[in-house]
Amino acid sequence: MRLYVPLAITFVAGMIMILQFFIPHQPFPMLGDGVQDWYVIVASSAIFLGILNLLRVHVKKIRLRKRHWQYSPVTIVGFLTMFVSGVAWGVTEETPFYYLFNQMVVPMGATMFSLLAFFVASAAFRAFRASNWRATLLLASAFLVMLGRVPIGDIIWRWIPGAAESSHPYLVSEIAEWIMQFPNMAGQRAILIGAAMGVVATSLRMIFGIERSYLGGAD
Amino acid sequence: MKKLLERIGNVDRRVIFVLMALAVIVPLALKLTMEMPVGEGPSYELYEYIDQLPADSRVLMSFDYDPSTKPELQPMARALVAHMLGSDLNIVAMALWPQGATLGQEILSGVSDSLGAEQYEDWVNMGYKTGGQVLIVRLGTSIEAAFPTDLENVPYGEIPMLSDVSTLRDFDLVVTLSAGDPGIPAWVMIASDRFGVPVGGGCTAVSAPQFYPYLQQRDGERPQMEGLLGGLRGAADYETLIERPGLAAAGMSAQSIAHLVIMVFIVIGNITFFATGRKKRTKGGGR
Repeated sequence: MRLYVPLAITFVAGMIMILQFFIPHQPFPMLGDGVQDWYVIVASSAIFLGILNLLRVHVKKIRLRKRHWQYSPVTIVGFLTMFVSGVAWGVTEETPFYYLFNQMVVPMGATMFSLLAFFVASAAFRAFRASNWRATLLLASAFLVMLGRVPIGDIIWRWIPGAAESSHPYLVSEIAEWIMQFPNMAGQRAILIGAAMGVVATSLRMIFGIERSYLGGAD
Repeated sequence: MKKLLERIGNVDRRVIFVLMALAVIVPLALKLTMEMPVGEGPSYELYEYIDQLPADSRVLMSFDYDPSTKPELQPMARALVAHMLGSDLNIVAMALWPQGATLGQEILSGVSDSLGAEQYEDWVNMGYKTGGQVLIVRLGTSIEAAFPTDLENVPYGEIPMLSDVSTLRDFDLVVTLSAGDPGIPAWVMIASDRFGVPVGGGCTAVSAPQFYPYLQQRDGERPQMEGLLGGLRGAADYETLIERPGLAAAGMSAQSIAHLVIMVFIVIGNITFFATGRKKRTKGGGR
């Protein structure tokens, strides 16, 4: 039962979505809309499961005094504060939720992402080596794109006598854009096509019950 | 000399962090500005496409990001909304990311106040709905089914600017500001390729290269994306094009210096690597 019911649901839902794409006549569009609405409902329910799981994990961590348990009360209090303020007063402007979001969540999130700049600088210093011709090529492209994506690249170029009056006063930007438009696009397109083929193959394997790992080992 | 290079090669990473922080803070504190011409490219293409839309055209704007990418995506959102409302376009906003709805509200109400635009007449924020790509498919058949009310719980049927909007096909353009999945690929695959609605967008600098294939255009054919704003540079380009310099344009000088500092670090790292023996590993530098 644990095996066949999920397999049957996957097969029926998958086939409906494929058929409603290729056959735009009733009842397939109606069935497709129904499946999509169910997807949104199930995905929304998953958020509540996530909330319950978050609370369960952190309560357990506090109870057992696991490593770094001191952060768990902060997580729970933060979650409950946002949850209660959102439910009680709404999430629109001039509400406690809006204030907390803008004054706490936004700066903290932006801070976490901005740390990336420091780690990139440190990692580039230690690991970005021209150790062979491929790495050297990558390094040269990275330098050109990094210079071309900011104004200082062209400013440096125009310091060269005659460059500002030449037919390419913004040569560094042009080279960076060329790298993005041609070598990068060719590589990205190859990756995209490869990934798309993989998605089609995996989807078909799941719809026909060959791929069952998403069932969590219930085979 | 070799010893000195070895010491430089093993420099504490906190030194790098301090130099990097100075590279960002000093240009911002000194309000350093740099000339930044905007040539033909993805940023200009998006500006041009929006600029040629007739007044009262409808744009669906999706805020698919969260606070972590706000420094890059919020300036481009502000510039885009200012351009659209300034050109009398109608904006229907939504979000595929939970926190995007609130970030979008901040931009829409702020820009709307400064330009004298009216909520429910010129713009509306439908809020967040889970579902990602599947939700976009649903928008293709019924927007009201996906968003029965807006962010402030006003029913769909009571919003004047939505009176003649029922599906995705009723929009002249979709603009997505995307920090990951769901984001640009989902909108391109569903809105552009399946329902034929033009799509444009913006993304973080780190993810911009992967969206370039969507910009390629054959003669006489519509590209999958009408334009793309990549990172802070894209936002700064747009601010320059609409002649409203803001946070992005101001941040370009800091980004310029930060890029130069990273490049200097890479050069020094390579000099020490080759001068001290290619096989030798750094000792204790990873602290």
